[in-house]
Amino acid sequence: MFNKTGVATKSMVEQKLPSKQRREKGPYAIFECFQEIPCNPCSTACKSNAVKAFKNINDIPEINYDNCTGCGLCVSACPGLACFIIDETYSDKEVMLKMPYEFLPLPEVASTIDALDREGNAVGKAKVLKVQDNKNLDHTNVITISVPKEIFLDVRSIGLGRG
Amino acid sequence: MLHTEIAIIGGGPAGMCAAIAAAGQGARVTLFDRGKRLGGQLVKQTHRFFGSEKEYAGTRGVDIAKILYDQIEKNKLIDVKTDATVLAFYNDGVITYEEGKSYKRMTSEKTIIAAGAAEKMLLFSNNDLPGVYGAGAVQTLMNEHGIVPGNNVLMVGAGNIGLIVSYQLMQAGVKVKAIIDAAPKIGGFLVHASKVRRLGVPILTSHTIKEAVGKEFVEGAVICELDEKWQPIPGADKKLDVDIICLAVGLSPQSELLRHTGCDMKYVPSLGGYVPLRDENLQTTASGVYVAGDSAEVEEASSAMVEGTIAGLSAAEALGYGRNVSDLKDSFKKDLNTLRAGAVGEKIRSGLKILNC
Repeated sequence: MFNKTGVATKSMVEQKLPSKQRREKGPYAIFECFQEIPCNPCSTACKSNAVKAFKNINDIPEINYDNCTGCGLCVSACPGLACFIIDETYSDKEVMLKMPYEFLPLPEVASTIDALDREGNAVGKAKVLKVQDNKNLDHTNVITISVPKEIFLDVRSIGLGRG
Repeated sequence: MLHTEIAIIGGGPAGMCAAIAAAGQGARVTLFDRGKRLGGQLVKQTHRFFGSEKEYAGTRGVDIAKILYDQIEKNKLIDVKTDATVLAFYNDGVITYEEGKSYKRMTSEKTIIAAGAAEKMLLFSNNDLPGVYGAGAVQTLMNEHGIVPGNNVLMVGAGNIGLIVSYQLMQAGVKVKAIIDAAPKIGGFLVHASKVRRLGVPILTSHTIKEAVGKEFVEGAVICELDEKWQPIPGADKKLDVDIICLAVGLSPQSELLRHTGCDMKYVPSLGGYVPLRDENLQTTASGVYVAGDSAEVEEASSAMVEGTIAGLSAAEALGYGRNVSDLKDSFKKDLNTLRAGAVGEKIRSGLKILNC
């Protein structure tokens, strides 16, 4: 089905999540990369040795969550824009998400914007916590938002209300 | 008549890498491109590339073109001829070309043909209306000249080009109404599909275009759903309000110059059309004529760069240049096999098997 829709299902995403204990510890990366393609920048970008070594460049990356610090280097390095950072410990009611963003204008820090799911539907509101657009990111900017806990597994994009 | 050791026809990713590799071994190279500058399709690619670090993974195509160009510019063994269209390759080895407005001739010891591919057209009513574009033309307008082609787009083709150009259109502020593909599944990398889906663009598989609507220019498009036998389902027509119909329905290798050389060619659909037989050094059955990149088989730019390198090293080695060239070549051959080793390389692998190489 995924190869018809391009939209990962909930169970596909849940399979990529680390253990419950790890999720309660702090920020972690999730790679929504489900297809073997010849690509490895996630592993070369990671400074924490958290991406298991590739036997073949077509391997689907696997994260060693003992090493992953949730630093977010992979977020702007992934050519497929498939890496996200999740911090479920952000607050009682909200989860922090870091996502790649290659559009202009950039959202404003502290503004409230639409939180979009994998099909581009607005499923709630997101608060913009941080906007990183430094030169090292090479135009794949990194947006940090907080969203209600109930929707953090669905939110993977933002809308600035431009239709 | 002018003479060069290695003539390379086509200054895209394959040709540029061939020139760098051959000159790196000491050979004198002439690199032809019909464009005003080198880079081929790379200069229009604003997305980060896949592959490994050796093929500049994570770097945007347009920046890879700059990296390669800087190496070429510094190398005194490479003579670059831009705005130079190669016209013919004669039996006696004479290459004729139009440089600016003059007709010229050159001979070469070895020739590498890296002429790329051409976009395929699709048959449907009114497909000659202004507003029906090839994806390459849309990219040229937007990414080279900074001109948006229109306001609302129907993208035909959900391969990598259709998906990437849709994303680039959205970055330019253009609305993509839908991406359709006659195949029952998405042909491009699914990460690219997910990228456009999360921006709200529908991807309709098993759909094709029936008609472009409009008198003077495109004012809409009629699409329809296809059944499992790829036949239109009656009554399932939908009209979309679009002013641009962008076709990304595949590429065919540019084989004209290869035919001039008299090399053996074979029609292999999974490689894009007529392609030359070649050995592992990418030499065709015409002695001294090599092929690399999309002219050899329609594939990604990352493998075109590796093929260019292998062809360049092989041609230089055949002229007696270089030391340990075979070790170097083997490492690139290994890289090429690795790039093709996964599920998405199956199409190329099966095509090469038909070619027996």
